[in-house]
Amino acid sequence: MSRWRGLFESRRFGELAPIPKFICYALLALWSIIVLFPLYWVLVTSFKEPVDVAYPPKFLPFIDFQPSLHAWHYIFVDLGNDTFRPYANSLIVASVSTLLAVLIGSMAAYALSRIEYKPKLGSIIGFILLLALAIVAVVHWQVDWRLAVIVAVVLFLLLLRAFGRYFRRHLGNGDILFWIISQRILPPVVAAIPIYVMFQKVGLLDTHLALIITYTTVNLPIVVWLMYDFFAAIPRDLEESAQLDGASRYRIFVGIVLPLAKPGLIAASLLVLILAWNEYLLALFLSTAKAQTIPLLVAAQNATRGPQWWYMSVLIIIMIAPVVVLTIILQKYIARGLLLGAVKG
Amino acid sequence: MRLSFSDWFDRQADRLFILPAVLILLAFSIFPLLISAYLAVSRFQLTAGGYQLRFIGWLNFKKLLIGGEQYHFLGVFAPVPWYGWLLGAAVVLLLARSLASYIRSGKSTVIGLVGRAVTTMAILALTVLLATTIGAGGQLGSLSVTVIYVAVGVTCQFLTGLGLAMLCSQNIRCRSFFRVVFFLPLMVTPVGIAYTFRMLADMTQGPFAGLWRLIGLGDLSWASQAWSARLVVMVGDTWQWTPFIFIVLLAAIEGQSREQVEAASLDGASYWQIFRDVTWPEIAPVASTIVLIRVIEAFKIVDLPNVLTNGGPGIATESLTLHSFINWRALDLGGSAAVAYMLLIVSTVICASFFNYVMQPMRSRRQ
Repeated sequence: MSRWRGLFESRRFGELAPIPKFICYALLALWSIIVLFPLYWVLVTSFKEPVDVAYPPKFLPFIDFQPSLHAWHYIFVDLGNDTFRPYANSLIVASVSTLLAVLIGSMAAYALSRIEYKPKLGSIIGFILLLALAIVAVVHWQVDWRLAVIVAVVLFLLLLRAFGRYFRRHLGNGDILFWIISQRILPPVVAAIPIYVMFQKVGLLDTHLALIITYTTVNLPIVVWLMYDFFAAIPRDLEESAQLDGASRYRIFVGIVLPLAKPGLIAASLLVLILAWNEYLLALFLSTAKAQTIPLLVAAQNATRGPQWWYMSVLIIIMIAPVVVLTIILQKYIARGLLLGAVKG
Repeated sequence: MRLSFSDWFDRQADRLFILPAVLILLAFSIFPLLISAYLAVSRFQLTAGGYQLRFIGWLNFKKLLIGGEQYHFLGVFAPVPWYGWLLGAAVVLLLARSLASYIRSGKSTVIGLVGRAVTTMAILALTVLLATTIGAGGQLGSLSVTVIYVAVGVTCQFLTGLGLAMLCSQNIRCRSFFRVVFFLPLMVTPVGIAYTFRMLADMTQGPFAGLWRLIGLGDLSWASQAWSARLVVMVGDTWQWTPFIFIVLLAAIEGQSREQVEAASLDGASYWQIFRDVTWPEIAPVASTIVLIRVIEAFKIVDLPNVLTNGGPGIATESLTLHSFINWRALDLGGSAAVAYMLLIVSTVICASFFNYVMQPMRSRRQ
């Protein structure tokens, strides 16, 4: 009995006994295969002729089948601009929306971690009521939307002036933070139709701008969630001494706080970038031809002739490649950056 | 006194920092939410040269709950099978236990009781729905299917992610290699994953076709069976989202203090004991947060069932988001918004319950 226990017990601390060590490596290798095999299959399929996709499955290029570049040729040469345009669209939309989301989100997160806000409950309810009224006016009574928005905003400001001081109950920073995060619960499909209608009204459908604005909004809560704890954990002495030296808040934010929060910024940017880069549903609603993004092109390979696996594989690979490179470069930041947000989130 | 623009700009800093975020969220979240609410209570019709919205009250919801779309949303009811009773009994026991322990704790408040009552009712209702539609002759609706995706998917992802994180935190070589490899699935677009799994799961041409023939399943088509189709969807979902849980839990495990683990291991505690008494309490808050994030995201599942099975066979793999999307494609905007609103209500109740009654106690216990 004791001999068997000796096999399993650790000898030196942190050093595994041989059998657990073997099991450990075996399991890790198994999961690596589970993760890598689908990706390997995609890579191999991209070099296959249509006849090679049939039964029996062919695994190894040069041995099982003769690899061909026909799919790559089709995607890069035959489709040419029809590939590069969605790719460029995706690049523009994903990077600009990530930049905006990280900038706006970290500003809000920083402000929430430093400044105490006290939005009045009454004014919030009033604002939502007026907004609802404006929507009903536009949709139901066919009022021009510009007029409705202006009237609603002016009315809101006037009412705030007149009755603002009677409102006592107010919310705190915690409530604002929760409100921002809770936006993530909103399923995109709830927002998709109204956003579609909205962009249609202002004539921005099928443009980069529409996608950029939408992705920025959708990903903003994640940035706020991740960055809030980062900023809260940064000691304030530096900022206070900078303030005494007469630096403005913007100066302090850009010059002192952002550099200190670099790991968090990188992790949040990467996560948001991946989400925006891969997004499908909203793109489907908001873009048809000009602003089409690359996930839509992947889905479009499911033609009437059945899915064109070889073309699809090429597209999937050129979609993953840049993100993989980025992740490998930035990998040490990811865990640290995500963790701080999650610990206290 | 005349203020220059930059002075004004500086004085307004406090507001200007948060204003962009609030404005953009108001415009693109609150505003769509209100419009969606409006759509959900109206009927959308295309007319000559435009469209018309007619107010019809709660008819869209009525159709989903007791009308012609009931089979689609709630499912087709059938006698409760034995595993339905089992599930029901387990859920009732669990709920009763947690309610009783809350009341006996002596710290119960009216708001706490009301909140817990809502949670209990919601979970009970979902359980009853699941039990009455899962049996032979019944048909799961998109609500039950979504709940199954969330419950089974997130459980599998969490357990796999936790297991991998535990393995990776051991004293092993190639740790950063495993870390990068395990992170890969997160980078693939969900649509791409869906097609990849369609290739892999192809029983006649896929990489495992030989294997299927060998065990005599070559002619079986998973896409024509409700449960095998759902299984493939959940496998794809698990493949994609395990990395997310893995990477965060790994960071949490590596962040814990080594002394406690060392002390426990010197005392002769087994791996399991160390995990249960030392590691788990330490990482529980992070774990609960990551589960909440996953649950929130999992309720929105759409790409995988859409591409893998197009919701079929029949409606067997249709999630709520896909249901709503299919309605939208059929220009039934009101019905689409109504489904979306039901999804919003269910996921909000579940997420808020989880946040209040699972996450908060875990966090406060640690402090």
